[in-house]
Amino acid sequence: MALFNLKINNKSFSVEADPDSPILWVLRDQLNLMGTKYGCGIGQCGACTIHVDGNAFRSCMLQVSQASGMNITTIEGLSEEGDHPVQKAWLEHDVPQCGYCQSGQIMSAAALLKHTPNPTDEDIDGAMHGNICRCGTYTRIKQAIKTASKI
Amino acid sequence: MTKIKTQYNRRSFLKISAAAGGGMLIGFNWLLACKPEVKDEVLAIPNEWFEINGYIKIGDTGLVTVYSPNPEIGQNVRTSMPMIVAEELDVDWKNVVVEQAPLNIGFYNNQFAGGSQSIRRGWDALRMAGATGRRMLLEAAAKEWQVSVEDLTVAEGIIKEKNGERTIGYGDIASKAVGIEVPEEIELKDIKDFKIIGHSKKNVDGLKIVTGKSEFGLDFKREGMKLAMIEHAPAFGMKIKSFNEEEIKSMPGVSDAFVIDTSIDDSGNSDRQGYYQHIAIVGDSTWQLMKAKKALKANWEVFSELENSETHMARMEEVLASNKVEINRKDGDPGAAFGKAAKVIERTYSSPFLAHNTMEPMNFFAHVTDDSVELIGPTQSPRGLENAVSRLIDLPIENIDVNMTRIGGGFGRRLYADFGIEAAAISKKIGAPVKLIYTREDDMTKGVYRPAYLSTYKAGLDENNNLIAFSVKGTGLPSPAVFQNRFPAGTVENYQAASKRSDTNITTGAWRAPRSHFAAAAEQSFLDEVAELAGKDPIEFRLELFDRAIKKPVGEKNDYDAERYAGVLKLVKEKSNWGVSESGVHRGVAAYFCHNSYVAEVVDVVMVDNQPKVKKVWCAVDCGIVVNPDAAINMIQGGVIDGIGHAMYSQLTFENGAPVQNNFDRYQLIRHSQAPEEIEVFFVENDIAPTGLGEPGLPPAVGALANALYQATGQRYYHQPFISSQKVLG
Repeated sequence: MALFNLKINNKSFSVEADPDSPILWVLRDQLNLMGTKYGCGIGQCGACTIHVDGNAFRSCMLQVSQASGMNITTIEGLSEEGDHPVQKAWLEHDVPQCGYCQSGQIMSAAALLKHTPNPTDEDIDGAMHGNICRCGTYTRIKQAIKTASKI
Repeated sequence: MTKIKTQYNRRSFLKISAAAGGGMLIGFNWLLACKPEVKDEVLAIPNEWFEINGYIKIGDTGLVTVYSPNPEIGQNVRTSMPMIVAEELDVDWKNVVVEQAPLNIGFYNNQFAGGSQSIRRGWDALRMAGATGRRMLLEAAAKEWQVSVEDLTVAEGIIKEKNGERTIGYGDIASKAVGIEVPEEIELKDIKDFKIIGHSKKNVDGLKIVTGKSEFGLDFKREGMKLAMIEHAPAFGMKIKSFNEEEIKSMPGVSDAFVIDTSIDDSGNSDRQGYYQHIAIVGDSTWQLMKAKKALKANWEVFSELENSETHMARMEEVLASNKVEINRKDGDPGAAFGKAAKVIERTYSSPFLAHNTMEPMNFFAHVTDDSVELIGPTQSPRGLENAVSRLIDLPIENIDVNMTRIGGGFGRRLYADFGIEAAAISKKIGAPVKLIYTREDDMTKGVYRPAYLSTYKAGLDENNNLIAFSVKGTGLPSPAVFQNRFPAGTVENYQAASKRSDTNITTGAWRAPRSHFAAAAEQSFLDEVAELAGKDPIEFRLELFDRAIKKPVGEKNDYDAERYAGVLKLVKEKSNWGVSESGVHRGVAAYFCHNSYVAEVVDVVMVDNQPKVKKVWCAVDCGIVVNPDAAINMIQGGVIDGIGHAMYSQLTFENGAPVQNNFDRYQLIRHSQAPEEIEVFFVENDIAPTGLGEPGLPPAVGALANALYQATGQRYYHQPFISSQKVLG
């Protein structure tokens, strides 16, 4: 165990953790930021997507020891009131079914729109490829991303 | 005018009381309303129908709180079911909030065993509760004003005098309504007067979900709670002998490690388990537990056959060839009819085992003390879990409490209680509250899988291309997917359905649209080929058959309504402009009836870089009254994507008893780029009581996909998955 200083959602935290612990478990077990979900642990499903310096990143693949000095944003820090354009569009299209994968979908979509404000279908497919939804909300997610790009 | 009784043998289905803090509390049995099917021929009213577990509170502010004990697995029942209550209660949807209620509240009475055939249909429980509240509030207002109920009207929670000035809100009269006698019989609204039902309402949990605040089982925490993980044997047919217990116990963050035994005498349907002994590791940090799991060195022993996918297929083929199949239904003389048929076609279809792969892996919280058990987590079957844990811990059911969290996907997996049983066994051993967490690998390799299936279909046409003989013969590992009384039974003079189980020690169970997804895929692909052989349009060919079933059905046990079945086909034909060809677009059609709903779908496939891609899917649905249209569309769209995805890409194979795929790098699920670009859903409008939507959208998608793929590639697709595994990008 070692002490790490982290910057998450514009706040500073000091946590004691195994250096090789994925940041996912620091967020969930220690900081009670439960919006970031565990799905596969090998960077294949996207449920744990966060922003690292503005880019979408799988938090199960980022060790806490590598995260010092990085600006980390989780779903809880995406907006104050749930009014990020992507969140608003998600509500407008009533996207979620079970809802479990949606934090990760939203974080991937928000990162996409930050870099590509008017994405094509191919841009969306590319950026969202790593986010699995077993309920099958893909079609609505694509519509919601297009709506968000206009907000 | 529909009337409904609120009691049976002087015993009320409702319980009215004063609400804490003012207002009125209406208790009723909510879970009754969740039952997908309440058969009219049921002879006894089960005692649980009188258990009060759903509440409506009409507070003195006029705010209506609906306490739903119902688990939400994504089918949006936490929105659509309160809509039904609000409709009959006649309140403004803006003033309705939905809260989660625990399962075990209210009373039990084990003496009752009645008999009746006049049993309400599922959704009537919700309508009754709402309508009774409305009636009692009206009676309270009438009493207050010394007028008759007939002199009053109500809209959006405000009671008005028809020929006067007086008005009063529900909130102001609710406390007084508590003293009113519960009417024995209650009038329900006319369907044409519905103001909430049939009008889309957003998911009541939407904001929580998009801000990451929804609490799933995996998110549950309690002060002093331990975390635990388990390790099961690496293969079906193996069990634990010993492990490096001392080494694991000495690892950082590990407080205990031991073997639990979860075998239960007289085990029931919901506590089937692939493994009965597990290594349990207990600690405080998920990551340290994961590391301890990796450091395990265990000795396992083989106690039964270690099965392989190749031998699985051979075993099923042997069963079908053995002539030991049991005939489930026989009409006419199929043997003779095939003998004189001008054309005979026979095709065999298969599908592999599938894992459920809910995005939230299995988990459960348990706190076992000497005389109580508290269980909290995601379950589709709280009662099954309660029963199983009661037998495992040897405590009466009354001492066991189950509370449900939001569920990160079910698809059938959470009907089984194994993970809850294991959590209880671990808590008992350590004497502390614990949350058991499966890794994805545990979840995928310790499943209650969708069985593998193999079915052979045969059809005979006469010289005029009329279908004169049809047979299906199916097996599965273990159970076959043959529905002897479903279409095309009833449309063919000479018909036979036969089936037989095949043996396996792989644990299997319900998986979204159990058996129907395979039966639909096989039968609807086969009928496409039969229609082609007959030189007929696939929709016209099916409509001809339904026409026979409408005019002169064969046999009496056909379990579908041929007019409704034909209705969805006609609707999808019209909406999709079937018959009008578009360059580069290849179309397939299928229709299927299951879980009481009828769905027909047309799938449009295009070829992109020589690979088939689903462009658009058209769906026509008859599920009776549509309660929440946009949510209903979402369910159908999800079913279509799920059906197409699994048929195209997914499979779980076995080598020496072990699943070959253990995470999403090897187990392929459909991804964004592979999903249809558009899915349009149309509903048949009628006044029939609503039926399920979580499942019926899936089965026809597979058949329509296979038929569209044939049009696109010239190849028939008999064996799922249709496309062999592609490289998965993370």
